[in-house]
Amino acid sequence: MTVHSQGAATAPQDAPREPGGPKAPQPPQRPAGAPEAAPAPRGRRGALPSGWLPYLLVAPAVLSMAALLLYPLAKNVILSFQKVDKIEFIQRRAPFHGVENYTQLLGDAQFWTVVLRSFLFTAANVALIMVVGSLIGLLLNRLGTWMRLVLSMALVMAWAMPIVASVTVFQWLFDEQFGVMNWLMRTLGFSGYEQHNWFETGLSTLVIVTVLVVWGSVPFVALNMYAGLTTVGGELYEAARMDGANGWQTFWQVVFPNLKPFFLVTTFLEVIWVFKAFTQVYAMNRGGPDRASETLPVFAFVEGQSQGHYALAAAISVLTIVMLVVVMSFYFRLILKQEEEQ
Amino acid sequence: MRPAAVVKNLGALALAGLFLFPVYWMFSSAFKPSGEILAKDPVFFFTPTLENFTKATGVEFFWTYVGNSLLVTVGAVLLALLVALAASFAIARMRFAGRKGLVLGVMMAQMAPWEVMVIAMYMIARDAEMLNSLGLLTAIYFVMVLPFTIWTLRGFIAAVPVTLEEAAQIDGCTRGQAFRKVIFPLLAPGLMSTSLFGFITAWNEFAMVLILNKDKAAQTLPLWLTQFQTAFGNDWGATMAASSLFAVPVLVIFVFLQRKAVGGMTAGAVKG
Repeated sequence: MTVHSQGAATAPQDAPREPGGPKAPQPPQRPAGAPEAAPAPRGRRGALPSGWLPYLLVAPAVLSMAALLLYPLAKNVILSFQKVDKIEFIQRRAPFHGVENYTQLLGDAQFWTVVLRSFLFTAANVALIMVVGSLIGLLLNRLGTWMRLVLSMALVMAWAMPIVASVTVFQWLFDEQFGVMNWLMRTLGFSGYEQHNWFETGLSTLVIVTVLVVWGSVPFVALNMYAGLTTVGGELYEAARMDGANGWQTFWQVVFPNLKPFFLVTTFLEVIWVFKAFTQVYAMNRGGPDRASETLPVFAFVEGQSQGHYALAAAISVLTIVMLVVVMSFYFRLILKQEEEQ
Repeated sequence: MRPAAVVKNLGALALAGLFLFPVYWMFSSAFKPSGEILAKDPVFFFTPTLENFTKATGVEFFWTYVGNSLLVTVGAVLLALLVALAASFAIARMRFAGRKGLVLGVMMAQMAPWEVMVIAMYMIARDAEMLNSLGLLTAIYFVMVLPFTIWTLRGFIAAVPVTLEEAAQIDGCTRGQAFRKVIFPLLAPGLMSTSLFGFITAWNEFAMVLILNKDKAAQTLPLWLTQFQTAFGNDWGATMAASSLFAVPVLVIFVFLQRKAVGGMTAGAVKG
C-alpha cells in the first residue's frame, strides 16, 4: 500500500510464515539425517486431490491481474523502447527507438541526482519510522491501561487520516503566511519566521514530506510492535532481569531476536512504501521548487505528464521497478537465511 | 506515582498530542470563520461556523464526486473480497501445479508501483476508449487491493484447523457447505481488516484518477480536495472542511473496526 498508505497492515505478521519458500526453487539445505522440513505444513495437511477445482478458483484472480497489472507493465516496458513525445502521442505513433531512452537517462546527471535523492529520502524516512515506531511500541507495552488507550487512539487517528487530506493539513500547518509552524517559531522566540517559506528549497520541502510520512507511518509500526511484544512471554523479561540485564541488553537479547521477523518484514514494507510514495511528494509541492524535491516516481510522472516525454517516463519507471526488484531480492534472501538458521 | 512513571505518562501524553494535532487542526480550521483562518497568529478560540462546509460542498459536481468515490471504492473492495476468497481458499487448502509460482506472483503484485505505470495505463485506456470510465477505475482499484486481500485471507484460512472442516464433512456437509458454515464465519475479522485496508487504498487513490479521468463528472473526492488550491491562492477554510469530510468515513470505520481487525490479525499470526 502506498504507504502509508496505505497499508497492507496484516501482511507483516503473516509474511514471515511463508518464508521465501515460493522464491526458492530448492528447499533450504538441511544437515544430513535431520528430519525433512515440511515447507508449508498447514497447507499440506489440508491437501486434497484437487483436479481442476483450484484452477477454477484462482482463475478470476489470475486473469484480472494479468489484464490490469501484467499487461500495463508489459506495455510500459515496450513504451520505454519507443520514441513517444507530444507529437507522436497526439498522432498515436510509437516508432521503435532502441535503448535510446535508457542511454539518455543513464548519461543524465539530473537522473542520478533524483536516484540519489530517492535513496536518501527512503533511507532517512525508513530509519526514522522504524526507530520512532519501535520506541513508541515499547512505550505502549509499559503504559497503564488508560494511558495506553489514549496513546493508541491518537496513533489510530493519525494512521487513519487519508493521505490526500493529511497532505493538505501539512501544507496549511507550514503555510508561509498563516501557518501554525511560523507562529510557533515566532512564539518560541526564533527570528526570521515572519513569512518563512518552508517550501523554498527542495530539501526543506522533502523535510516536511518526511515529517508527514513519518507521522503517518509510525502508528503502523508502533501498534504492530506492541501487538508483537504482547506475544513475548513475560518470563523472558523476568529471566533477563534476573541475569542483571539493563534495558538496552534486554532489548537486544530478548525483544529483538523474538521480533526479528516483525522487524524484517516491516522494514521491508516501509522501504517499498516510502520508495514508491507518490501522493505525499507530488501533492505537497508538485515536486518543486524547480523540480528539486522530485523522487523517482514523481520524476517519472513529471517527465511524462508535464514535459510530455512519455517514453522517457516509461524508461524511468522501468528503472524504478528494477531497483525495487533488487531491494526485494535482498529481502527474500534475508528471509531465506533466517529460515535456515532456525 | 514514582517519578519514572510520571515521566512515562507525560511522555505518552505529549506523544498523543503530537500525533493528534494535525487531525485536531484540520477539524478546528474547518469550523473557523474566514476572518480567523487568515489571521497572522493562529486563533485557538473562535465561534464555530459552517461557512467553510457550505463552500466546500457547494461546488459543482460535489454529489457526483461523492457518488463516484463510493461506487469505485465499494465496488473494488467487494469484487476483491469475492475473487480473493476463492483464490486464497485454493492457495491455503489445495495442492496444484503452479501454486508456488502463484504465491510468489501475489507477493510481487503487492509491490506493484502503480503510480509509475500511469502513462502506460493512460495509453491503454485511450486506445480502448475507456478514459473517464468509472468501470475501468473500479477495475484498477480492484486489482490494486487484490494481492493484499488474497495474501491476508490466505493467512486467515490457513489458521482455521483443517480438522474443523473435515469434521463438518464427516457430519455430512459437502465441501462447499463446510466452507460456508465452518470457515466463512471464522473469517470475519480477516474480511473486516482486508476490506478496511482495501477501502483506504481505493478511497485515497489520487494518481490514476488524476490522469485517466479528466472529465469532472467521472472524478472522485481526492481531486475535489485539491480544487480549493489554485494559482491565485488557497482557500484554506474550504480545503480543511473538504479534508474533514473526506477523512470522516475512514476515521469512523477505522475506529470501529480497528480493535477487531488488529485483534484478528494478531490472533491469526500467533496461531501460526
